[in-house]
Amino acid sequence: MARLLLTLGLLLLAALPASARDLKIGVSQYPTTLNPLTDPSVALSVIDGMIRRPVTLYDADWNLVCGLCVTLPTLENGLAVREALPDGKEGIAITYQIQPGATWGDGVPVSSDDFLFTWEVGRHPLSGVVSGESFRRILSIDVIDPKTVVLHVDRVTFDYNAFGTELLPAHVEKPIFDADPSGWRSRTAFDADPTNPGLNFGPYRIVKVTPGSEVVLERNPTWYGKAPAFDRIRVITVSSTATLEANLLSGAIDMIAGELGLQIDQALAFEKRHGSDYQVIFAAGLFYEHMDVNMTRGAVADRRVRQALLFAIDRQALSDRLFGGKQPVATSPVSPLDHNLASDLPAYPYDPAQATTLLTDAGWTPGSDGIRVNAAGQRLTMSMTTTAGDRTRELVQQVLQAQWKAVGIEMRIDNQPARVLFGATLRERTYGDLALFGWIAAPESTQRTLLYSEEIPTAANGWSGQNFTGYANPAMDQVIDAIERELDPAKRQPLWAEMQRLYMTDLPALPLYWRANTYVLPKWLHGLRPTGHLGPTTLWIEDWTVDP
Amino acid sequence: MLAYLVRRLTGSLLVLALMSLVVFLLIGLMPGDPVDLMIAGNPGLTAADATRLRALYGLDQPLFDRYLAWAGQALSGDFGWSRSFSRPALEILGGALLQTLQLLIPALLLALGMAVPLGLLAAARPRGLLDRLAEGLAILSLSVPTFWLALLLIYLFAVELRWLPAGGSGDGSTFGGLTALVLPVATLAIGSLGHFLRFMRAAAGEAMTQDWVRTARAKGVTRQRLLSRHVLPAASLPLVTLVGLSVGGLFSGALVTEILFRQLGVGRVLYDAIQGNDYNLALVGLLLATAATLLGNLLADLAYARLDPRIKLT
Repeated sequence: MARLLLTLGLLLLAALPASARDLKIGVSQYPTTLNPLTDPSVALSVIDGMIRRPVTLYDADWNLVCGLCVTLPTLENGLAVREALPDGKEGIAITYQIQPGATWGDGVPVSSDDFLFTWEVGRHPLSGVVSGESFRRILSIDVIDPKTVVLHVDRVTFDYNAFGTELLPAHVEKPIFDADPSGWRSRTAFDADPTNPGLNFGPYRIVKVTPGSEVVLERNPTWYGKAPAFDRIRVITVSSTATLEANLLSGAIDMIAGELGLQIDQALAFEKRHGSDYQVIFAAGLFYEHMDVNMTRGAVADRRVRQALLFAIDRQALSDRLFGGKQPVATSPVSPLDHNLASDLPAYPYDPAQATTLLTDAGWTPGSDGIRVNAAGQRLTMSMTTTAGDRTRELVQQVLQAQWKAVGIEMRIDNQPARVLFGATLRERTYGDLALFGWIAAPESTQRTLLYSEEIPTAANGWSGQNFTGYANPAMDQVIDAIERELDPAKRQPLWAEMQRLYMTDLPALPLYWRANTYVLPKWLHGLRPTGHLGPTTLWIEDWTVDP
Repeated sequence: MLAYLVRRLTGSLLVLALMSLVVFLLIGLMPGDPVDLMIAGNPGLTAADATRLRALYGLDQPLFDRYLAWAGQALSGDFGWSRSFSRPALEILGGALLQTLQLLIPALLLALGMAVPLGLLAAARPRGLLDRLAEGLAILSLSVPTFWLALLLIYLFAVELRWLPAGGSGDGSTFGGLTALVLPVATLAIGSLGHFLRFMRAAAGEAMTQDWVRTARAKGVTRQRLLSRHVLPAASLPLVTLVGLSVGGLFSGALVTEILFRQLGVGRVLYDAIQGNDYNLALVGLLLATAATLLGNLLADLAYARLDPRIKLT
């Protein structure tokens, strides 16, 4: 009997994960830097979510909540107050209170000094901070006490209380920065001394870094929140997604992060083969896959042609057949997870007859070989560029080519390597008629950088800006301005709808679908909630649990 | 001999200086820059931010001015900063080179250890069983794509049998580190076996037809001694050239293996640097590849002179 019990006990132990207190997360990219301000990347955000928290963040339900702050400042609770600026314009004073228990891993409290220092770095022209706009808008910061600051911001926008920045530890980084601000980005302790405990205040701290390969985290003894389940977490980079799967199956990693994991086709195949052994979660929302239209070129300059192009694509069938229906059709540039997605928008169901009518109205009639021609005898030929070697996009191109041919549109494929496409080709709008690629979704993004006329890259502005379509519509500019100024959510909603209506009418880009992220988890891991935006799931690592 | 070495090394330095200019200009003329990559990953980045960052990274300066600034720094020993690793470029390449050598030296020794005796024995009995076996092995090695072989080995030994790790650096122990090298080394060795085997078989076969081999046989030299003392030195000459030229390949040849087996070697670092617009790292890496090729050629020439007394280095 004793022997039987012992055998049963051993069997029970063997059934448990090999080391329930360790977790090995597989990702397909390694961050270029561990400094959160100089080149933030998705790979870094997965690690950062476990070692620090931004002041505010969007949760998995796309609501703005506090990360490091105690209470989200609003006009209603009095922590945000409109104020007149010296130049007569209206600004806003926003009070942030830092979590009282927040302490860097070396025992130094996270404080107002860190707020001041982060602002100093963020607005310094030589610091190398990538996105400086949110820092430049802050006119001054008042320190109320070691844990409370008031930010004076130069304008009042609807997202006034969003401050998604991670604070820098002034006691570690300030001496380095003050010595040489322009050299700070190459001497920052985040990269030169990444295991310095003073760089982390989250549930974990970095204890080992193997550049390009692996980052090892252990529990941070100064963490003030709920205790996480794992003693040790290894974030392992496997740049080949084919071997990412093999590493999972061999036990070298426990899970594949959806933020940087398997391609959709790999994930669908994996689910078929191993779905019973793992949790495979498909979560749409992060990447908006679309075709930018070169608005200044030939036939596509005509709105009717753009609309016809979209009517002629069976996007639902494309999603169903290529992606197992896991990637929802995009009905607007706003994510289906965003509260601001409007419902009553111009729709483009698969309707070849409507496409034919629009093309005929635009002066394109069928030629002798079925391809449409205009009065001048020019053929209706579309040139499309995407990232060469991207299997999924190249497959989509072939489907589009066939479906457009059915309504008399010829498509020429002119793919380029990613670095060429995202280099001069898009910026200088030399991509032909259409460019197929994806944008990253962000909650409540007005898409100013993509749709505002001042963001069109030109030779005069040194080809800066991301409005690669060359779209310029004063009505769109006005509605974007109006959204940003309107603080009442109820009044903002129709403005969001108007922005999307303009987009879906003008079609500066042809929406395709929302790419799904695939999380592959062991059966014993629970509590992970995909967000569908750039906030990684690891921001809630303390909510992840394992089977007892 | 000394004069020869000085002349070759001086020439190599001139080639390297010229290559640095050519490579710098080629990399600089490639479309896109690091700021483009930042834009692609951050739709919120404004036009003003892009302009500021280009100025900060010196990307708004003429290419030749950027080269002169880099060359000035390089002469003082500073080869620049790797943008994609946030470390000095030389430091990253140093570590990567060690990792690559860990793979390539055992793989080279393993491949040569199999190719040389097998090639010799196959040449000793043309069209015999061993010769056919060697030919089959060589064809198999040359025709199996590296990435497929690597995946096959991973699935067989790491996933199905679970005897070996699927790559990486193991569990931190020495034994773990060594076991993590087995599959990538095997992949590389099998991949290069075919070249070496065919060269060895052809060179040994040709040597076997020479008059001095016939004379040695007539004098009653044993088969074993004939192969090891007479045929092997003569047949080694083309193999030495092949191995010498392979030294430059240290910097690119193991790319697929390094990616699939999670090894941060020179091939992967260079590939990532070029893809990620990491100018400094790509430049220094390509220069090191050039230097390695020059050095490999020099060593091959020296070995030639050593193996063949008729060759004089002047």
